[in-house]
Amino acid sequence: MNYQTVIGLEVHIQLKTKSKLFSSAPTTFGANPNSQANLVDLAYPGTLPVLNREAVEQAIVFGLAINAHIEKNTFFARKNYFYPDLPKGYQTSQSDKPIVGNGTFHFNVDDQKHSVHIVRAHLEEDAGKSLHDFLPNSSAIDLNRAGCPLLEIVTAPDFSNAKEVVAYLKTLHRLVKMLDICDGNMQEGSFRVDVNLSLKPIGSDKLGTRCEIKNINSFRFIEKAIEYETQRQAEILDAGGKVRQQTRLFQESTGQTIAMRDKEDSHDYRYFPCPDLKPLEITSEWIERIRNTRKIVSIEQVEKQLIEEYGLPAKETSFFLDNTQWLSYLNDARSHLTQPETSSKALANFVLSECIGLLNKNNQTFEDFKAQPKDLAQIINRLSDQTLSSKTAKQALALIMEGHTDVDALIQQHNLKQVSDVNALSQAIDAVILKFPSQFQEFLSGKDKILGFLVGQVMKETKGTGDPAQIDRLFREKLNS
Amino acid sequence: MSQPWHLRSAADLGRALRRREVTSVELTKYFLNRIDALDPKIHSYLVVTKDLAISQAQRADAMIQAGEGTLLTGVPFAHKDLFCTKGVRTTAGSRMLANFIPPYDATVTQKMYDAGMVLLGKTNMDEFAMGSATNHSYFGPTSNPFDLNRVPGGSSGGSAAALAAGLAPISTGSDTGGSIRQPASYCHLVGIKPTYGRISRYGMIAFASSLDQAGVFAHTTEDAALLLSILCGVDEKDSTSSYEEVPDFSKSLESNQLYRIAVPSSFFAALDSEGQAEFRRVLTTLEQMGHTVSWIDLPIQDYVIPTYYTIAPAEASSNLARYDGVRYGHRHENAHTLEELYSLSRTEGFGEEVKRRILMGTYVLSAGYYDAYYQKALLIRQHLKQVFAKTFESFDIIATPTTLSAAFLHNAHDTDPVAMYYSDLCTVSVNLADLPGISIPVMQHQGLPFGLQLIGRPFDEATLLNCSAQIERALPWHSTHSPIAMQEVV
Repeated sequence: MNYQTVIGLEVHIQLKTKSKLFSSAPTTFGANPNSQANLVDLAYPGTLPVLNREAVEQAIVFGLAINAHIEKNTFFARKNYFYPDLPKGYQTSQSDKPIVGNGTFHFNVDDQKHSVHIVRAHLEEDAGKSLHDFLPNSSAIDLNRAGCPLLEIVTAPDFSNAKEVVAYLKTLHRLVKMLDICDGNMQEGSFRVDVNLSLKPIGSDKLGTRCEIKNINSFRFIEKAIEYETQRQAEILDAGGKVRQQTRLFQESTGQTIAMRDKEDSHDYRYFPCPDLKPLEITSEWIERIRNTRKIVSIEQVEKQLIEEYGLPAKETSFFLDNTQWLSYLNDARSHLTQPETSSKALANFVLSECIGLLNKNNQTFEDFKAQPKDLAQIINRLSDQTLSSKTAKQALALIMEGHTDVDALIQQHNLKQVSDVNALSQAIDAVILKFPSQFQEFLSGKDKILGFLVGQVMKETKGTGDPAQIDRLFREKLNS
Repeated sequence: MSQPWHLRSAADLGRALRRREVTSVELTKYFLNRIDALDPKIHSYLVVTKDLAISQAQRADAMIQAGEGTLLTGVPFAHKDLFCTKGVRTTAGSRMLANFIPPYDATVTQKMYDAGMVLLGKTNMDEFAMGSATNHSYFGPTSNPFDLNRVPGGSSGGSAAALAAGLAPISTGSDTGGSIRQPASYCHLVGIKPTYGRISRYGMIAFASSLDQAGVFAHTTEDAALLLSILCGVDEKDSTSSYEEVPDFSKSLESNQLYRIAVPSSFFAALDSEGQAEFRRVLTTLEQMGHTVSWIDLPIQDYVIPTYYTIAPAEASSNLARYDGVRYGHRHENAHTLEELYSLSRTEGFGEEVKRRILMGTYVLSAGYYDAYYQKALLIRQHLKQVFAKTFESFDIIATPTTLSAAFLHNAHDTDPVAMYYSDLCTVSVNLADLPGISIPVMQHQGLPFGLQLIGRPFDEATLLNCSAQIERALPWHSTHSPIAMQEVV
């Protein structure tokens, strides 16, 4: 039988705050176990939570970016369950009236416009980590992550296949990085995906029984997990069986999902409003202040900007959409261009080909890129006014990447000025003709190929400062004289 | 000849310290001696912090020498064992925390230290503040210094008994449904629970977060006002603490302002004839002083106990989930599975009353019951607040008995927890409505003390204290002492 797959997603993003959602402990990843948990995170008797307003603002930023409803009278609720890495015995989360509700998220699937309904996005604190292979014969607990701020973004069951899911997730991943509310690091758990999947007969409007697949940490695995789970449920239904409502885990090693717990075993979380926190009132003034002081952009806006301001073809925008630190660098550098209208495209291309190229060649990343945006912009300015040649521009780049600054001074010190002065070039050309008379004769007799060699020799003569196009033109003039 | 130190008010001791009639070290040793000699009779202290007290007293003496501090600098105090004290065991009366030494001080503790007060020790209490008799302490019961066969009230019974026995001049308590006012009533003390949010809850081990509020036991209104001014104020570590301005309460005691006092007939009707006569005597005095006394209907007494015993256990069931044997507190050593670790540690670590309330709280929050119980209780709580707000449109103070009788005998309610719950009938509504309340020792029942409760508008503790001071001038209560307080220690 043929089925329609129905998928809804829950994505937990870790918000980009210095301290935790309800405590002042730091959130840095990878610190020594339990070195980033204070008395509040450890749930010491008598300690109390204090809400991190930065996390609230970041949630609002997300809500504004997807044009969602921002709940002005929201509150936190306790979700009660026992687990060793949950020190208080409850997770402080949100139940009714989540901070963000009812938004629409737009993305492309194979260049086709698509959208899904965002049912809600709510703030909650993370749990710690249970480490079962850290100590022999016993489990260890690391509470560094306990209390880290999460925004759980929940979609309606609007997806029908893995391709749509991955396209949505990649766009969401881009957006939250671009909004600067999440570092997007999937390996470190900053962007975690739970998939709810069910099948129904094609055309039926009754949803089937769903399974939840938890914590899949790469786009590739999400695709695999969906394919496997779709197949598994179809086989059960084909055999006349019933899908059991379960929470399942994706196993990277086998590519399969395995049952973790049944619905019947699921907790009654006994949500109730957290009495240690006052209801959270979000005023219109606060929202407006956030709208005015934070960069609230949509992917479409940025893509449009890259196409229109930088003249990038649509296909080449993705590097900047995925690498937000480069995007801000690009925009920063652009503000230093003397003629942004005409040289932005050169800037974007220079970044894509030269800067990234150089970093890749040296196995380096953005963090190693020491050149100041204003210096990079100055290189483009000097390329545009033909002070630099494409070759000397690369030399200048190498210099500013070493930490040198002040491009104009560097041009002076290192003789990078492009020679396009006809007299100076003619002298160099005459010298080359004297050195290589037979090659020059071949050129005159129509052997065009030899011109490259001659131009090259002139470049050598001018120590790379000659303008190759100009040299080329001067040689050709001799042909006609 | 002047009274011995333990029969004098904390403010008197403060004045004596400032006049250099005595040093803080001498006073501290005086009370430590009395505790040594007399506390075994009543068991009001769980820990006596002798060395710490002496060193704090030395520091206080230096402050006084330097002309620093407040009137309470150098005055010793007893501290309910619910407040975290850095380096000093803090048990909340529970086996679960029998070995818990906090690495930090509660805000209340810190403020008292900063004021130069001297910690004598930590006082006994019902486990996690759940109880009305201080008989639900893992460490054994406390007795009432007025009659050792009777309870001191609870949950802050140790703090109340210590004062009534002259084993401390002033003490702290916490009040979730009456845990300061009811023991104050039974032990002939002033006991004030300020408005919810007045005093930081940071470092006060939680029972029911939306109802818990710290407060003070004292011999006089002035003492209560002095300590309250030190303890109140917003705390960035407690999001529910209030930004409301804190007046110097001790400055508002002298005036003889006249008040419109409402007396709900229903609470009066619940007293026996002796109780009614006592209560009428006090009302008559109030009228003679020029206050207006009006009988009103406050039809709430049927709802308050069920509402309270829905909300408080619900919050407690969640607040006490952290005691799981994993990080601190009691742990069963031979558990084989995680489930076993939880259930055995909690079964052993918690007493019967605590377990009863965890079960009730878990039940009322469960799927299918939430709307019928917890949600409904929240609605009634809202309604109660409105009823009180309405009453306070026409009146400045509501007066009730604090308790319906004097202290009951040990074991009186052992087989009937609900009968015990009803001993808080007059006090719980004040917590449910987030109001301030004070108990004043002006009445007797069968020769034993019981108190008058005054309830005020939110954040209007000043009116309660002023009225209390007026009553204190009209009906001075200072000549009544418990037999143990009358004992001199050589």
